Amino acid sequence: MSTHTGGTPEPYGRPGAPPPPPEPPPQPLRESVNYLNVSYGVKSWLLTTDHKRIALLYLASITVMFAIGGVFATLIRLELITPQGDMVQSETYNKLFTMHGVVMVFFFLIPSIPATLGNFLIPIMIGAKDLAFPRINLLSWYIYMLGASFTMYAMVTGGVDTGWTFYVPYSTHYSNTHVIATGLGIFITGFSSILTGLNFIVTTHKMRAPGLTWSRLPLFVWAHYATSLIMILGTPVIAVTILMVALERGLHLGIFDPALGGDPILFQHLFWFYSHPAVYIMILPAMGVISELVQGMSRKRVFGYNFIAVSSLAIAILGFLVWGHHMFVSGQSTYAGLVFSGLSYLVAIPSAIKVFNWTATLYKASISLDTPMLYAIGFIGLFTIGGLTGLFLAALGLNVHVTDTYFVVAHFHYIMVGGAIMGYLGGLHYWWPKISGRLYPEGWGRVAAIIIFVGFNLTFFPQFILGYLGMPRRYHYYPEEFQILHVMSSAGASILAVGYLLPLAYLAWSMRYGRRAGPNPWDARGLEWEIASPPPTENFLVQPVVTDKTYEYGAEEDAAIV
Amino acid sequence: MSSLSETAHGPGAHPPVLRHHFESLLNQKESSLLGMWVFIAQEILFFGGMLTAYTIYRNLYYEGFAAGSHHLDVTLGTVNTAVLICSSLTMALGVHAAALGKRKMTVLFLLLTIALGSVFLGIKVVEYADKFHHHLVPGPGFSAESLRDAHGQPVLDGSDTARHAQMFFALYFSLTGLHALHMIIGIPIIAWMARAASQGRFGPVYYTPVEITGLYWHFVDIVWIFLFPLLYLIPHHA
Repeated sequence: MSTHTGGTPEPYGRPGAPPPPPEPPPQPLRESVNYLNVSYGVKSWLLTTDHKRIALLYLASITVMFAIGGVFATLIRLELITPQGDMVQSETYNKLFTMHGVVMVFFFLIPSIPATLGNFLIPIMIGAKDLAFPRINLLSWYIYMLGASFTMYAMVTGGVDTGWTFYVPYSTHYSNTHVIATGLGIFITGFSSILTGLNFIVTTHKMRAPGLTWSRLPLFVWAHYATSLIMILGTPVIAVTILMVALERGLHLGIFDPALGGDPILFQHLFWFYSHPAVYIMILPAMGVISELVQGMSRKRVFGYNFIAVSSLAIAILGFLVWGHHMFVSGQSTYAGLVFSGLSYLVAIPSAIKVFNWTATLYKASISLDTPMLYAIGFIGLFTIGGLTGLFLAALGLNVHVTDTYFVVAHFHYIMVGGAIMGYLGGLHYWWPKISGRLYPEGWGRVAAIIIFVGFNLTFFPQFILGYLGMPRRYHYYPEEFQILHVMSSAGASILAVGYLLPLAYLAWSMRYGRRAGPNPWDARGLEWEIASPPPTENFLVQPVVTDKTYEYGAEEDAAIV
Repeated sequence: MSSLSETAHGPGAHPPVLRHHFESLLNQKESSLLGMWVFIAQEILFFGGMLTAYTIYRNLYYEGFAAGSHHLDVTLGTVNTAVLICSSLTMALGVHAAALGKRKMTVLFLLLTIALGSVFLGIKVVEYADKFHHHLVPGPGFSAESLRDAHGQPVLDGSDTARHAQMFFALYFSLTGLHALHMIIGIPIIAWMARAASQGRFGPVYYTPVEITGLYWHFVDIVWIFLFPLLYLIPHHA
């Protein structure tokens, strides 16, 4: 598909020819019609049904939410530099870590990759003009914004202090903060997640291009299909659970109230029935991104395609069977604990299959160490640490020692930040030329990736040690011997903050000043690299037909490209 | 539509009801149906959370739940079940009429469905009013005075049975309220379909919206088929 790429002009004349005449003044390059310039104005964005524009609406919204969650994190880390609670009151500190968790989990991590990269890429990767339900797609963004406004309202008017887990009976009976408004925000946002998942499932089933069989689907699409299953089957349970918390708090229904025979532990079961799979809502799309990055940046067919595809589904299914490992110390039966512990170990198998296959893909490949690959390598390392410490936590005995300590905090940050956010940023860089039509500055990209990796490890590795030594989570007073580790962590957080601000700056810069990217700047395989950057509104001018396995980097092809 | 898509397709290249990103009407219909099925899967889990709570407490606190259930009016519940099943029948007939392109029949059956759904909600209001009247709404004002246990003895306020009966009514109001909310959402959608049908929008080629509305309505119906025995017939089990 030929398009205007705006690259360097053709060499002028042959060697030895007379010098070329002086260059004419640069003409403004005429851009082809694409989804960005097809129409202008606020209305054309707020009423768009184009999946690519909706992806950008989400991108802007979640970036704002990430910044807000980041401000809370900054305040937490500032407070923790000293062992005394000298910057904020305990009540305020409770609100800070609660709102950090609520914003980051429900309003950034869960929509992050699916709603932006997934929205943008899935129709393109399967050769469709749009998602199956474009108007529902737009609706999901409005629902997200409505939910975010409720939660923002709660935060501006005083915040909430229950922890992002909303454990009863504190949240239903004792907390004097805005539990209902925050819960309502999460309840509403849940439906945006459900609608996104519904759209992805139907799109993957019904909109694939001729010839694009399931065994040819890009692994990014497989990962999102698995994620969508969790969104559909998990999210409604948290929605109804939060509804019951609100009813209990507002009307004293008694479902979780021991005074009426209710059981607070039931809340924990229902909460984690969603919230454990929710971790896989965050990490599976990142794994899909890494599969694409590893093959694209090493220009080699991904090793063990079938295993990676099926392991996504296995993680989605197993993810629904392990929620009890959050409740080992809640008083659930020992036998239930044993079963949940065993099932949790099983999750390691599909996760390890992915890690080994990515590593095997890199073996003897011509690896490019451009920014996306740096994020991919970072992901593989950090996810491995996060995953292995997850096994520590799934062990019944060790779990008792580290429950509710910084060990848990470090573990899930290795998965959610070291895993999900590294995947998100890596994917954003990899597909940025496709999204914006421009190349980001590679040097700055690498610097930022390295800063994030260093900052991340400095922030969270000391927390493993802190937790193992007994520092409980959610306290801002701590014994003085922990100060050195807390200072290291806070120092790392400041480095991490710089690392996160850099891409914001240079990606924004590149939208206007970056070099124009051709259709396929990485020389990678996949339908998204066969159309113009940025793509036209309906993605494909003619219906593509797929005739090959995915990720075919044949030797002849390489020769042809050179 | 942007000029780009018009040049890509040419005006009039496909029937007007076909949204441009689907390859055919069949493809569009299958997608819409699958979408509704996925939505229904989501709904099952949505009700599932509360039904889990119900199952656990119903097994733990049989006495209280039986006392609460005993107070419910089985006659009204049965009538309502019949009304709702009839509304599912009229809905199915409405979908059938739409598929045959019978405009007047479609409108008639859809309006009948709305009427039956409204009767159901009306009876529900009568039942709710009775609970309010007898102070059976959970919360500080709850009183077990009007309840009788499985042996016909009055339930004493403050007893375990009274506390558990209160939990029964909490689940009764949550579950039936959530179910009624689904009907309150469904009725305007059916009205919208009836209006579109009266304008002759549906026929053998295109009646997908009526069909997926029908799927939704049948689902709401089936939820009630589960709720009725679970809530009304507890003391009647052998």
